[in-house]
This record gives sequence, structure tokens and C-alpha cells, in this order.
Amino acid sequence: MNRIQNKYLLGVIFLLFICISMPAKASVAGDEPEKINVQEIVFSHIQDAYTWHIAEWDGREISLPLPILVRSEARGWDLFLSSQLHHGKIYHNYYIAEEGDYAGKVVERNSSGEEVKPLDLSLTKNAAGLLFSCCILLFIVLRTARWYKKHPGKAPGGFTGLMEMVILFIHEKVIKEGIGKEYRPFSSYLLTVFFFILINNLIGLIPIFPGGANITGNITITAVLALCTFLAVNLFATKEYWKEIFWPNTPIFLKLPLPIMPFVEFFGVFTKPFALMIRLFANIMAGHTIILALTCLIFITASMGLIINSTMIVVSVLFTIFMNCLELLVACLQAYIFTLLSANYIGMAKIRE
Amino acid sequence: MSLLTPDIGLLFWMILSFGIVFAILSKYGFPVIIKAIEQRKEYIDQSLEAARQANDQLAGIQAEGEKMLTQARERQNIILKEALAEKERIISEARQKASAETLLQQEEATRRIREEKDKAIREVRSEIADLSVAIAEKVMNEKISRTDEQEKIINGLLDKVSFSKS
Repeated sequence: MNRIQNKYLLGVIFLLFICISMPAKASVAGDEPEKINVQEIVFSHIQDAYTWHIAEWDGREISLPLPILVRSEARGWDLFLSSQLHHGKIYHNYYIAEEGDYAGKVVERNSSGEEVKPLDLSLTKNAAGLLFSCCILLFIVLRTARWYKKHPGKAPGGFTGLMEMVILFIHEKVIKEGIGKEYRPFSSYLLTVFFFILINNLIGLIPIFPGGANITGNITITAVLALCTFLAVNLFATKEYWKEIFWPNTPIFLKLPLPIMPFVEFFGVFTKPFALMIRLFANIMAGHTIILALTCLIFITASMGLIINSTMIVVSVLFTIFMNCLELLVACLQAYIFTLLSANYIGMAKIRE
Repeated sequence: MSLLTPDIGLLFWMILSFGIVFAILSKYGFPVIIKAIEQRKEYIDQSLEAARQANDQLAGIQAEGEKMLTQARERQNIILKEALAEKERIISEARQKASAETLLQQEEATRRIREEKDKAIREVRSEIADLSVAIAEKVMNEKISRTDEQEKIINGLLDKVSFSKS
């Protein structure tokens, strides 16, 4: 008991020491403290990028250059590494725009001197993170499936047991109950969506490479997922579902002279997946933003003196830990909600008389 | 890059990678797992059902054994009772037979005794007749022929004598 208390005490002292020594070092390093642009730091993280910035050490940037794949009308396909465009460098007339409509994107200066945007299929940071998490997802699920093939009729333990528990929960409680009798064709899709979102959310929470890419907090990713759900709902819908939309069971004056209710219902067809898209995107992006902002608090207060900075470090670390725990919950919750709502929408499109 | 506008490149990569992941997982991933789990569940259900049936059968067999045992006991009782009755019957029969035999023997004996007695009496009579004749001969000292008339007289006398004797 005593020893444990001593350990805690030592830990606290160590933490305090770090708190005090860090601002001191910082003030030594720069004579005039740099103005910290929190917005830029946060946005550079939650937005996509052409290089995967990992860390900065001794003034040098450690980053992973990613391939840039562009197709311009004049030159055709072009493939090169993003390190060629670092810090405003120009490669084959391509460069990263600093401002304008295409700020931050690869643009090309064509022969007439105009800035045009080529077809850009670059493997950006998010795309690379996406591929990485897809590989992990494939590995995890296929490994689980292989275990079942190797051990027929046995109950798994360990990680496979955890996977079985989650898969069974989603399959029984979300898919079967959400869709109803005709759940089978959608089972694989919804399970894939659930694990895809979950894996990407969790990998996004890991701050060090190769985690930390804000994948599910990117609107493109959630848009594709929502589009898939939209297609799954509407392509396999029953006649009754369409009847409910274009001729709903409402008083006649709401639909005949002016089709108010059909319009509302038809609008709902698109708002549901749209809400799915925005919900996932906003939740994950907000989580990343808050954690980054809390971390930036340390560097903002670095110039405000030792005491304020030390207390802010403690506050920031505590809040960041809290937010990380919350985000862990949100990561699982959002994957669950997306799957649950998708299953319910599909179930609603499967109504019979 | 704006936050709310989808990016073509990322869209391409997302559709590609999600499509591939979905295709692979919906063929080799989740259906395999779900099928295995459902098969296992079915197997467990079947095993439970079989165990329940076996249990029922066992209970049935036990009940049957119990029934057979009681039946056997009943049979035993019946057989024992029958045997007892048979014994009684045999004994009583034997007794009856024996008593009948005894009766018969007794009758026979009495009959024979009577016959013997009659015979003896007859012999004694003839002896006595002879003796009487001899005595009479001696008494009369003359030879008297034993005619039928005389014999008749003697017999009549003897009858009287024997009557008075008996």
C-alpha cells in the first residue's frame, strides 16, 4: 500500500518536473515566441494531405511521401512522389496551390499560364490510411473466418471470441431485428460497414503513424458509405415502400392538388442517408478537432508564463485523456449507429402489406 | 481542401478499396463466420435435443424396468399362491385318498375277518358236528349211520347251542 502511494507520488513529481522543464526549454529555444496558428494545425490534421507528416525532429520534417497520380489534358497521366512538390517546388508544371479555389491541391500551370486542376487520383494521406485500415480489416476478418474453417464446431476464445461476440451481436440484435425476415442478402454488407467504420474510427484515434488519419471524419468516405446504404435501401425496396412515398396514407388534400406529403416523403428518401453521412463525419471530425485543440492549449499558453502553462498542461492532459476515452466510446457508438440506422432503413424499405 | 466538398481522388480510392473489401468479406469473410456459428448453434441444439431424448428414454427404461419388476413380483406372488394352493390340494387329496384307502382296507379287513370268522365258524361247526357225532357214537356206543335225518337234527341242535352261546 505504502509502496503504491510512493509510486503515485513519484509519478506526480515526474509529471510536474516535465511540466516545469518543458516551457523553460521552449522559452530558451526561441527568443521571440512564435505565434501559434491553432486553426492551421487542426485543419492540417483533419484535412487530407499529399504527404503523411509524421513528426518534426530538430527542425527537420519526418514525413512519408505519397505517390501523386494526376492526369492533365495536355500531358496525360503522370505519377510521381509528393516529395517533388515539397515547399512550393514545381515538378512538370505541377505544384500545390497556396491560395485560390484549389488551395492545398495539386494544380497545373498550362501553356497559356492559367492555373488548372488536373484529374487528381493521388494516393493522399487519407487514401493511404484507408488502404492500411482495409488491409487490417481484411486480415482480422479473414483470420477469424479461417479459424472457423480450421476448428469446425468449436467455440473460439481470445480475439476470435471477441470478434464472434461482436459479429453475433450485430448480426442478431442489429441486422436481424432491424431488417426482419429478409435480412440475409444485407447481412454481409452491414457487417462490412460496421467493421469498416469501427476500424477506421479506432485507427484514427491512434496518434502515431500509421494511425491518426482522419478517415471516417472525411466527408468523401462517409458519403460513399451513405451512398451504399442509399442504394441498398432503394434498389431492393418493395412496391409498398414506393407506394408509401408517392401515395402515402394521409388525407387526400395533402396529396392531390399539391403533392405536399409525397414531396416530403420523397425528400426523406435522400435526407436519411444524408443524415447518416453528416452524423458520422461530424462526430469523428469534432472528436479529432477537440483533442487537437486541447493539445494545442499547451503550446498556446507556452508564452503566458510558467504557472499558467504548467496548470494548462495538467488540465490539457487530463482533458485529452478524457476526450480520448470519450472518442473510444464514440468510435464504437457511431459504427453501431450507422449500422443500426442502415438496417432500419433497409427494414423500412422491405415492408409488405 | 475544403471540409465539406468530396474529393475525386479520395472518392476513387474509397470506392475501390471499400468495394474490394466488401467483395472479399462478403465472399470469404462474414458468411463463412456466420455459417460456422449457425452450424455450431444447430449442432449444440441437436446435441441438447439428443441428450434430452436420451434422458427421456432412460427415464422410460427405468420406468419400464420398475414395471417389469413389479410385474415379476406379482407373478411370483401368484405362483407362490398357486403353489401353496396346489400343496394344500395335494395334501388334502392325499389325505382323502389315504382315508379312503384306509376305509377300504378296513372294510376289506372286516369283510375278510367276517369271512374268516364264518369259515372258522363253519369249520368249527363241522368239527363240532363230527365231534358230536363221535361223541354220540361213543355215548350210544353204537354205530349210528350218519344219515341226513340225523345230521339235520344235530345241526338244529347246534344252531340252538351256538345261538345260546353267542
